[in-house]
Amino acid sequence: MFDFKVVTSWIDDLLRVQAGIPEFWTLAIEFVLVGVAILAAYAVLALVLIYVERKVCAFFQCRIGPNRVGKWGWLQTVADMIKILLKEIIHINKSDKFLFLVAPFFVIMGSILAFAAIPFGKGLHAIDFNIGIFYLLAVSSLGIIGILLAGWSSNNKYTLIGAMRSGAQLVSYELSAALALLTVVALSGSMQLSVIVEKQATVWNVFHGFAAIPACIAFVIYLIAGHAETNRGPFDLPEAESELTAGYHTEYSGITFGFYYLAEYMNMFIVAAIATTVFLGGWMPLHIPGWEAFNHVMDYIPSVVWFFGKAAMCVFFALWVRWTFPRLRIDQLLKFEWKILMPISLVNLLLMAFCIILF
Amino acid sequence: MDNIKEKILSLASDATFDEGSLLTVTVPSAQLRAVAEYLRKEEQFDYLQDLIGMDWGESLGVIYRLFSTAKNQQAILLKTSTSDRENPELFTVSDLWESANLYEREVYDFFGIKFINHPGMRRLFLRGNWEGFPLRKDYDMSSNPLTMENQSIEEMETVTTLNMSNEGLVNSSFQLFGEKEYIVNMGPQHPATHGVLHLRVSLEGETVNKIDPHFGYIHRGIEKMCEAYTYPQMLHLADRLDYLSGTMNRHAICLCVEKALQLEVPERAQYVRTILDELTRIASHLLGWGCMCMDMGSITAFVYGMRDREKIMDIFEESGGGRLMCNYSVIGGLSKDIHPNFLKRVREFIPYMRKMLKEYHILFTENPIARGRMRDIGFLTKEQAIAYGVTGPSGRASGWMNDVRKLEPYAAYDKIKFEPMMRTEGGTFERYIVRLDEVEESLRMLEQLVDGIPEGDFCAKTKAIIKLPEGEYFQRVENARGDFGVYISSKGDKNPYRVKFRSPCMTLVSALSPITCGEKIADLVMIGASLDYVIPCIDR
Repeated sequence: MFDFKVVTSWIDDLLRVQAGIPEFWTLAIEFVLVGVAILAAYAVLALVLIYVERKVCAFFQCRIGPNRVGKWGWLQTVADMIKILLKEIIHINKSDKFLFLVAPFFVIMGSILAFAAIPFGKGLHAIDFNIGIFYLLAVSSLGIIGILLAGWSSNNKYTLIGAMRSGAQLVSYELSAALALLTVVALSGSMQLSVIVEKQATVWNVFHGFAAIPACIAFVIYLIAGHAETNRGPFDLPEAESELTAGYHTEYSGITFGFYYLAEYMNMFIVAAIATTVFLGGWMPLHIPGWEAFNHVMDYIPSVVWFFGKAAMCVFFALWVRWTFPRLRIDQLLKFEWKILMPISLVNLLLMAFCIILF
Repeated sequence: MDNIKEKILSLASDATFDEGSLLTVTVPSAQLRAVAEYLRKEEQFDYLQDLIGMDWGESLGVIYRLFSTAKNQQAILLKTSTSDRENPELFTVSDLWESANLYEREVYDFFGIKFINHPGMRRLFLRGNWEGFPLRKDYDMSSNPLTMENQSIEEMETVTTLNMSNEGLVNSSFQLFGEKEYIVNMGPQHPATHGVLHLRVSLEGETVNKIDPHFGYIHRGIEKMCEAYTYPQMLHLADRLDYLSGTMNRHAICLCVEKALQLEVPERAQYVRTILDELTRIASHLLGWGCMCMDMGSITAFVYGMRDREKIMDIFEESGGGRLMCNYSVIGGLSKDIHPNFLKRVREFIPYMRKMLKEYHILFTENPIARGRMRDIGFLTKEQAIAYGVTGPSGRASGWMNDVRKLEPYAAYDKIKFEPMMRTEGGTFERYIVRLDEVEESLRMLEQLVDGIPEGDFCAKTKAIIKLPEGEYFQRVENARGDFGVYISSKGDKNPYRVKFRSPCMTLVSALSPITCGEKIADLVMIGASLDYVIPCIDR
């Protein structure tokens, strides 16, 4: 299997040894390169996701979807991006201008920071903290601040209701998401993402002997809670268009709205990516113990394909859910979290502990 | 009926009676209250179908059209008038029939009659600083030039009341919403109001405290326009009332004029009109279903509803020429014979729609989230439904059998077998399911109609200029939202003296407030969608 370390160490070698650039400047150049690569990947992925969502949603609804700009409309999202960049940013009278403009950055930063820590393939991992899971949970919570600020600073009643709803919703569902991830941390014995992936080299966590039962439960819980954290239907109450027009981002326009838009799609991808990494073996190919020939064939498929293939499956699942179910009401939403998901997560964690001790 | 007459005479000795097809009682304005109270409380005339403001020239007055749901739809017409044109005042009946609340505001708006003891007298459709009362015969059409100034919402919410007390009549006014209330404007432009309805909603957190609807954003003065139109011209305005049941509204006016002319409509035309009515009902319910699903966040369901509605629009287009406003019925029958493909298309549509209904149930009705959203909210009791005049599928979901097709059969409805779809609980889910049941029942009716359609003429001969004999004519039909009524008062001219349409949607909106207060704001949207009102029907 191709290791991306070959590429990265070649660049490192090129700068350090061949060009003879001092240590500090080498690092600086590498940081910039990584940053540019991540931002570019972020933007391109978001555009692809928006296109995919529009196409998939169209097929669910017996429509064709975008089909005018480019073949099969694949340039449609690019055109939309150009449009959104050119649009005027409308300033609202009597709003808190500073907080109003700062809010989208919180949202997009939280999402980029989480995106940067995901292992996309063998050796394709920008930063590998030893507390990777903890870091992911921490930075993905930044978005809530942005949403609350947006709702508050817009000086609009719809946005305020939307922001209050999302505050309650995101804080609640983060608990279940964290508990679900903790289940796997217990199984892997590490919070480091690379270690979690390595441990799944022989078998993915969701197929891991007896521990597969709590792992599968945790996987489903994580998908639900993660889906809720991305504010997408059936959990799209913060921007429930039927009562709140557009919820917390009603007053945003141009690129400030674009940030929310991008972040929403990327958060969907990040949730899928974390689910992939933690439960579905990350970039590891599918191995079945004992089937040597099969395992060998699987190894020929590049790690990036494995990772994006699994993540795409999770994303498709999220789209499927969104375009099928109606929206929950705020009290039902909170009841579902605190009375159903939370207790199950806690019991599940206990179950996992037993599985680890006994088997 | 005779003892009612006697009793009324004992209450109001000046009362006069006119027995035509309907008992008409004219009482002086001073005794109106006593007679109304007697009819409501002792004779159980519990359904005020319509309240019609009138300008008879020398006097202004009101016509009350009452039905008794308990006594087999016995009907009575109550008239009263006042000759004071400067300061006309009548007693309110809004405490006897809840639906009178908005009706009386409408009469005040258009005729300037003030109702004593009404809980909140203010204009309903026009802005507060409108000069004069437009439906009066002496109204000066140039008295309200176009103005671009906005009236503040606080000014429009200043409610004046005229109360009878020991010292005589007392004028007082108050503000509808308090200073500290958290008020959200839903509408006039809002994704969820299904038209330009403006709801002022007072919230406590997410909970709805108080709702005040503002109408009139698309009021076109259709009733006033009708007074200047001839009868065939009037028909085109009917499609523009409740545009989702345009053919039924048109049918109502045709029936009313035909009844006045005593015109025999060919049976073929009657069958085709009935088929059109039922197709329109299906189309309307599909849109209503889709919108309700969309209001709950399920956009896919909305697209499915629109997709299947298109099939009906195609059928209309082929025969009538129009899709939404198909302009097909005319006085005496139909404007042209049906297209050769018509029956084939309807026959094909029936099994298709049955299959799709199953899909709707799988996709949405049985969805646990949808069930959870619709269960246990927005209950309308049968008594409330009658008092607020909530007719149609919404009323039937509360257990009130108000299907005009059964009660007063018209066109071909007495020649086919069908059951009115009923539920008893009156919750949001019942209103939802009654509509889908009705689609199924309409398909059953269509099957019988398509098989039974006779050959023959499609239109009766009418005179070139249609003049209605002097008198008053009523007709009601069951449109997709309920009891749609037409009242035409004629002086023998080629255009009517006064036309009034009974809008089923206005009563639906009036019932929104009592069943939604205390629920969440997300449910307000959904309960509104379950009542399925169409705003142009209110803003006539």
